[in-house]
Amino acid sequence: MPEGYSEKVMDHFRNPHNVGEMKDPDGIGHVGNPVCGDIMEMYIKVKDNVITDAKFKTFGCGAAIATSSMMTDLVKGKTLEEALKVSNRAVVEALEGLPPRKLHCSVLAEDALKGAINDYLLKTTGKGLPDWKPHEESEGH
Amino acid sequence: MKRIYLDYAATTPTHPEVVAAMQPYFSEKFGNPSSLHAFGQEARSAVEQAREQVAKLINARPEEIVFTSSGTEANNFVLHGISFANKDKGNHIITSQIEHHAILEPCHFLEKQGFNATYLPVDKYGLVNPKDVEKALTDKTILVSIMHANNEIGTIQPIEEISEIIREKTYFHTDAVQTVGSIPVDVNKLGVDLLSLSGHKLYGPKGVGALYIKKGTRMESFIKGGGQERNRRASTENVPGIVGLGKAAELARKELNSRQKHLTELRDKLIKGVKNKIPEVVLNGHPELRLPKNVNLSVKYVEGESMLLNLDLEGVAASTGSACSSGSTEPSHVLKAIGLAPDLAQGSIRFSLGRLTTEDDINYVLDVFVKIVDKLRKMSPIYKGGA
Ligand SMILES: Cc1ncc(COP(=O)(O)O)c(C=O)c1O
Ligand code: FES
Repeated sequence: MPEGYSEKVMDHFRNPHNVGEMKDPDGIGHVGNPVCGDIMEMYIKVKDNVITDAKFKTFGCGAAIATSSMMTDLVKGKTLEEALKVSNRAVVEALEGLPPRKLHCSVLAEDALKGAINDYLLKTTGKGLPDWKPHEESEGH
Repeated sequence: MKRIYLDYAATTPTHPEVVAAMQPYFSEKFGNPSSLHAFGQEARSAVEQAREQVAKLINARPEEIVFTSSGTEANNFVLHGISFANKDKGNHIITSQIEHHAILEPCHFLEKQGFNATYLPVDKYGLVNPKDVEKALTDKTILVSIMHANNEIGTIQPIEEISEIIREKTYFHTDAVQTVGSIPVDVNKLGVDLLSLSGHKLYGPKGVGALYIKKGTRMESFIKGGGQERNRRASTENVPGIVGLGKAAELARKELNSRQKHLTELRDKLIKGVKNKIPEVVLNGHPELRLPKNVNLSVKYVEGESMLLNLDLEGVAASTGSACSSGSTEPSHVLKAIGLAPDLAQGSIRFSLGRLTTEDDINYVLDVFVKIVDKLRKMSPIYKGGA
């Protein structure tokens, strides 16, 4: 059982923000969770280097849903550079913590965002994020 | 908010008559059954009455019942007790891949102590093939332990057929924690030498169980100390717990038929309801050889923990075998053993019903479950249906 989800996590789980597909996204990040086999997709719209909209879809646990919801909240309105600095730890903090064995789900959200930014950069500049690749190992478990 | 408990396979609420029966043994009848004075004798006769009640439920003799602290202890007792008492005869144990951890972990421990264990596979319904038991038997086999019914998927094993194969060749144990009080359990019909049961799964208290040990079984004690339980299990008896287990056994015997009928009807209603209302759902476990209380489904495109949490928010208590909920990187060993595809294992949800479950409860669950699955599928990146 998912012992120890904070109120904040449950808030985002109950009513996730920014959930669903996006029409004509500028970038799509698609990542799989190496730990439990779950899948997350993040979509972003970018205008003048600023993320004007972010959405997600998640096949995963409560923590995966809450972290993707929080991540999309946090990066909206940020420049790409600022958004890249939003780490999984920042998401976890904003959610008032996650049980240790659920930390890997927040890594998934960070990877999904980076994947979307990478995709956007590839499409617009032909060059993705320097040496970006999704985490192989998780931090949880 | 309405609260609906559908996790009876995890534990059951203690029956009010059981609580009432236990009460005096905490206070005025607090004696130690080993004491010769009146206080002790009062407790002694209560323990012996409970032994008769438990024996009667499973058609054993009272002296073949040993009280333990749990189903887990009963299982550990068997593995430890048979292995160490019979190692002059052999060092081989046969069990299945879908046993409870209270069997598998002691087996893993014994393997480190020089014993060998064979973990028999199961088919897609979770059934052990008796022929596989036959093939696995060697002249070094000292114990076969196959659970009566599985706690996750509810599949009931062909224990009688297996015991025909084993005959007197080796000791045969069954973990009947999920079946005692749910379906008829008769140690003679089953043909077992040892059988574990647990109080809190049959509306008795937690922290008490029993082991049936057929007369003449060569067995080392597991908990050593005083001479209680005919030297089989040391420690001052948990008198209130034992009295509670006895009462629960008596009630189970009286109510068995009506419980079975009631639960089978509700179970089938729930399974049918979900299948009618939600596409791409599979039933895990056997369609017929199945505990009346067990409904285990895999819902495609959604993950179990998020279903469970959403159900909990609607007041419904269920359980899941998904990797996300297990705290490990793997889905449940049972779902793996039946060969369920990883995404389906992720989408597993178990509803287990009990004597207090009503038809209204099932209707309510169906109602909220359909909405939850719809909501989660809409946010699932692998669902390409609706939305
Ligand atoms: C099949 C099976 N065996 C053993 C046990 C352990 O019983 P207890 O909780 O009494 O230790 C359980 C309950 O979780 C079970 O379902
Ligand atoms: S997504 Fe599987 S544990 Fe969080």
